[in-house]
Amino acid sequence: MTTTGVLFYLFAAVLLFASFRVITARSTVHAALYLVLAFANASVIWMLLKAEFLAIALVLVYVGAVMVLFLFVVMMLDLNSDAFREGFWKHLPLAGLIGAVIALEIALVLMGGFRLTEPAPVDPALAKLGNTRLLGIEIYTKYLYPVQLAAVLLLVAIVAAIALTLRRRKDTRAQDPSQQVLARKADRLRVVKMAPVVDAPAAASGDKQ
Amino acid sequence: MSLGPITLGHYLSLGGLLFALSVIGIYLNRRNLIVLLMAIELMLLAVNINFVAFSHYLGDMHGQVFVFFILTVAAAESAIGLAILVLLFRNRSSIDVQDLQTLKG
Repeated sequence: MTTTGVLFYLFAAVLLFASFRVITARSTVHAALYLVLAFANASVIWMLLKAEFLAIALVLVYVGAVMVLFLFVVMMLDLNSDAFREGFWKHLPLAGLIGAVIALEIALVLMGGFRLTEPAPVDPALAKLGNTRLLGIEIYTKYLYPVQLAAVLLLVAIVAAIALTLRRRKDTRAQDPSQQVLARKADRLRVVKMAPVVDAPAAASGDKQ
Repeated sequence: MSLGPITLGHYLSLGGLLFALSVIGIYLNRRNLIVLLMAIELMLLAVNINFVAFSHYLGDMHGQVFVFFILTVAAAESAIGLAILVLLFRNRSSIDVQDLQTLKG
């Protein structure tokens, strides 16, 4: 068996073990940490498939950002992990049955073929560019418009996440720009007509201003 | 032990097993919303493994482009999901799915 084969079986085994622990771990923090392990192993498996950019992106985006977010949330909330275990064993037979059915169905589909042992031959000129560059060429030429849409989607996600969790304090003082824009001169300034006041003529020594 | 070369089928089986495991996880952890979100992340990972495997063995970059977009959408989804979860915990002091039945008639 080749080195690739050994690595594949090793990392696939760890990946499956880690995901098994994610769904069975007693504590939610442990589940999140096992999910980090699962993502790291999946990233190695993608490396074996020569998808280096996506492998690194998986580590950066998932392990670096999403899982840290998960851990923050888990630790911020005061969770009673014992209450969650209630009904765990009761659901196990049904869950196992459905999981087995899904695995069997996928196995039936996979039984038919997919025996490709060698990757499709790549044009050597393209292969020299490397995975990252090829992906970049695809994304920034054919998929430019979808990439912009994805960027807008991320922006919407940022705005939504902040808007959902923002808590306004009652005692803060802040400007209200719409009120500021709506203000007109008449609201602020009142011109009062007054009768002109005439100074009495200076009586004696003229102290003219 | 001779297991032969690693074929496309190996990677697809890995993806399938991972998907089945996460479905089991959704059924087992029906009460814990955070673990439900994690199981969904695992499902997306399984799908992504299939995409990358096909992309490698068929020599087609479009599969990897698709994975790129799935990663984007999954990141947005988990961010909003966790925001909703925090909001829920603030209002109900619980993230138990069984407690969320206000809309039940």
